[in-house]
Amino acid sequence: METDVKLTKLASCAGCGAKVGAGTLVHMLEGFKTHTDPRLIVGYDKSDDASVYVIDDNTALVQTTDFFPPIVDDPFLYGQIAAANALSDVYAMGGEPKLALNIMCLSESMGKETVQEILRGGYDKAYEAGAIITGGHTIQGAEPIYGLAVSGFVHPKKVLTNSGARPGDKLILTKPLGIGILTTSAKADMVDREVLDRIYNQMATLNKAARDIMVKYHVHSCTDVTGFALMGHSFEMAQGSGCTIHIQSQNVPFHSEAYELAEMGFIPAGAYRNREYAEAGVKNISNVSRALQDIFYDPQTSGGLMIALDAKEAEQCLDEMRKVIPQAAIIGYVTEKMDAYIYLE
Amino acid sequence: MKVLDARGLSCPEPVIIMRKAMMSKDTEYQIVVDNVVSRENVTRFAEHQGYKVTVSENNGEYTLSIRK
Repeated sequence: METDVKLTKLASCAGCGAKVGAGTLVHMLEGFKTHTDPRLIVGYDKSDDASVYVIDDNTALVQTTDFFPPIVDDPFLYGQIAAANALSDVYAMGGEPKLALNIMCLSESMGKETVQEILRGGYDKAYEAGAIITGGHTIQGAEPIYGLAVSGFVHPKKVLTNSGARPGDKLILTKPLGIGILTTSAKADMVDREVLDRIYNQMATLNKAARDIMVKYHVHSCTDVTGFALMGHSFEMAQGSGCTIHIQSQNVPFHSEAYELAEMGFIPAGAYRNREYAEAGVKNISNVSRALQDIFYDPQTSGGLMIALDAKEAEQCLDEMRKVIPQAAIIGYVTEKMDAYIYLE
Repeated sequence: MKVLDARGLSCPEPVIIMRKAMMSKDTEYQIVVDNVVSRENVTRFAEHQGYKVTVSENNGEYTLSIRK
């Protein structure tokens, strides 16, 4: 359903592109007094996807929240995408989402039906994920916002952080890149309907299937590639793991239409923030083109999982994944720390 | 020469304005933007269309001179 008021017109920036830059966040949190708890095994200090709190020997609580302004005009689809994106952080920790709360900001111009459709989209995805939305909180403001606070569970010994990658690992990425560039270009009517449908469908796709396959293997590290882009999230994983991540540019899946649009300057502001944050840690050893780099710095909304696991298992895991996620690919590998955290190859 | 004002606008608006203006296929344009992202994106667009771009800065505003 498309409404009278175009939802994306009410948003100053689209989806995860609205995310405050990683560098800015680190700066803002400097000097904060943080409290510790031995049961809190992933917390504030880890810049991970979610926090993890051990309840007993077999159960840990995973908590996260994510929300953003409209990225599409169809309110149901917007709800689905925002929910899939929020639920993803639990999957990225290896967990299963169970409970969720709506977080919503309504602007005056949104009709009742639009609001209901957004919520219906959120419920639809939560249900598909096996989670229940039990309530939430709604305020009024200039710019619409929707998302979820999600709680899930994981076995304390099977928590997947973004700081466990090891030399010898290969990296699997489960969704193609280019979402930020394409949604920015869509605002300029530069993207065909068929391409839009493809990326909308991708954004609304849960990372559940990828998670359910991944947990059958000995995964060392996992994160979802969202607002900080492939490069920002790789940088965090490399830094956290004390390793160097080698991105094999030719193997990274992306929506081909994004390439020329990047060359034409349809690049979201978030991509520039991500470049500013991560570029100092990157060594471009293969003359990777500017447009391809832009795709690697492009903020993804409801992006895929990036999974680090032993090289041999990575091939088996990928084979299994490809049966249900055909776009999944091995995009790089991990070595001991070299003179840069990321090698672009 | 067409002179365009894209101050106060964020991406992709300045690129859209530039693109519309270039439909006229002039050999010379000037556009003023007030943020780095717009400066970079409009430069990319113009270069992609085969123009050369020179930038001058004044108090956080960027004037892009765009020539064939």
